[in-house]
Amino acid sequence: MKYAYYPGCSLEKTQRGYDQSVREVFKALGQELVEIEDWNCCGATVYMSVKETVSLAVSARNLALAERMGLDIVAPCSSCFTVLSKTNRVLNEIPEMHKDVNEALAEAGLSYGGKTRVRHPLDILMNDIGIEAILRKSQRSLEGLRIAPYYGCQIVRPEKGFDDREDPVLLDRMFSKCGGEIVYFPMKVRCCGGMLMTTFEETALKLNKELLACAQQNKADVIVTTCPLCHFNLEGYQDKINKIYQTKFGMPILYFTQLLGIVLGLSERSIGLDSAFIPPGQRITSLLETHYA
Amino acid sequence: MGHSVSYLPGLMTRREAEVRQIFLKQVEDIPAGERIKRCLQCGTCTGSCPVSYAMDISPRELIALFRAGEMETIMKSRTIWICASCYACTTRCPSGIKITDIIYALKRTAMEKNYQSKAPQVQILASLFVKNLRKYGRLHEGTLIGNYYLRTNPLKLLGYLPLGRKMLQTKRIAVFPMKIKARKALSRIIEKAQEIEMRHAPEPVSYSPDFVGYRGLGELKLEARKGE
Repeated sequence: MKYAYYPGCSLEKTQRGYDQSVREVFKALGQELVEIEDWNCCGATVYMSVKETVSLAVSARNLALAERMGLDIVAPCSSCFTVLSKTNRVLNEIPEMHKDVNEALAEAGLSYGGKTRVRHPLDILMNDIGIEAILRKSQRSLEGLRIAPYYGCQIVRPEKGFDDREDPVLLDRMFSKCGGEIVYFPMKVRCCGGMLMTTFEETALKLNKELLACAQQNKADVIVTTCPLCHFNLEGYQDKINKIYQTKFGMPILYFTQLLGIVLGLSERSIGLDSAFIPPGQRITSLLETHYA
Repeated sequence: MGHSVSYLPGLMTRREAEVRQIFLKQVEDIPAGERIKRCLQCGTCTGSCPVSYAMDISPRELIALFRAGEMETIMKSRTIWICASCYACTTRCPSGIKITDIIYALKRTAMEKNYQSKAPQVQILASLFVKNLRKYGRLHEGTLIGNYYLRTNPLKLLGYLPLGRKMLQTKRIAVFPMKIKARKALSRIIEKAQEIEMRHAPEPVSYSPDFVGYRGLGELKLEARKGE
C-alpha cells in the first residue's frame, strides 16, 4: 500500500529515531510512504487553546494536501495523529465549520472534501499488514526481553479508535508474538504530562517518575513508546528525575518501530538507535548480536 | 472562597453574562458539546485525571461552578491551564461530556477576555508557539523552548545545558528552523480564518437588572445535533 506520510515537526530532527525507524520498517514490509510535500505543523494541542477556526484551518491544510494525493495519512506522532483526526471529526460533524475552514483554505487555492483518513503506524502494522506478514520477515526473536508497552494518551483517546481506550493490546500482541515478554504495566495509558514538562515541570516529573518506577518494579528491560513527547519526557528527563527523587533509573526507551526494526534485522544506524540518550542495556545489546540466519 | 456575589437573588453580574456568553459560543462548536447539561456530578473525571491533585478546583467542580454562575472563579483558576489534554476524563465520563474540549473552550474564553492567569507561563508558551508556527510553518523546538525560558526564567536555560549537549552529540538539534515554502499561503489561510472567527463573535450583551438566572442569555442555547 501507498500512504501520504506526515512526519510532524518533532520527527524531523529531535526525534529522528522515530522517523527513521517508521520509514525503514514500512520499507522492509513493502509499504510505500510518500512524504506530503510542504506539509505544515498541525498546531499540536497548544493551538487548540488559541483560536478554533484558525487551528482547524492550519491542520486541515495537511488533510487537503493528502486528499489531493489521493492517499490516507500516516501520522506517527500522537499529537499530530489526534489533532488531524479531531479536525476531521469536527469538520464532518459541524458543516458550518467545514464551510468556514474551506473558505480559509481557498486563500491558498486549496479545498478539503473530508475524505482523507488519518492512520497511526501501529494500526496499519497490526490491522492491515498483520502480525503474520511481519513474522515472515522476522530475523530475530525477542526471547528473554522484558518489555513495558507504553501507549500514552493520544493514540487511544478520546474516540473509540483502533485499539481499546483503557487497555489497548496491539503493542502487547505485536511484541509477544515476536517472542518478547510483556511485563505487567498497568500505567500503559497513563499520561506523561506532555508539554507540562515545560510549563509545570514538577508535576510532569512526578508523572514520569511513576511511569519509570512502575516499569522498573515489574522488571522491564525497556519501555517502548509510540509518541515523541512521551519518549522525550521519559528519556531526556531521567537524569533530572534521578537527582530529584534520588532514584537510579537507567531505563532504555525505544520507539516501538525501533524494536520492530530490531526484529526485522534492520541495521542499528538505519533505525536511529544511535540517537538514544540511554544505552540500550545488556539484553538488547546481546539481542543485536544474534540472528536467525 | 472569594466568589463574586450578586446583590439581588439570582441576578447575574454583567461580567458573568459576558464571559458565559463567549464560553457558550465556544461550546456550540464542540461536537456533542451540549452534553455539558447532563453532568451527574459523579466525580469520575476528577478521579481519572492524572493532575487533579495539582489543581485548585477539580474538573467536577468546574462544571458545578459553571452551573452556579461562577465563570469568574473558573477563569481565574489554575485548573484550566494545567490540563495536559490526556482525555482520560472524556473517555470515562458516564454522561459522555467532552470535558477536555470543554477545558479548551474555557482556555479560549479566558484568553479572549484577557484574564490574569495563575499560570501565565502557559499563555506565554502558547503565544510563542503560534508565533513560531506563523513564522516558519513548522515548529522549531529550539527557538520555542529558548524563547520560552528567556521570557519566564532565563536561569533555567543553564539547567538545560547537559540535555542540550546530549542532543548535539546524537545529532538531534536542528540548528536552523525548517521553513515551509508556502509560508505566505499559510499566512493567508490564518488571516482569513481569524477574520471568519471575528465574524462569528457573539453580539455584545445588553445587560439589564432583570438578568436573573440564565434567562437573559436565552438559556443554554445548545441543542442536540443530528446523530445525538
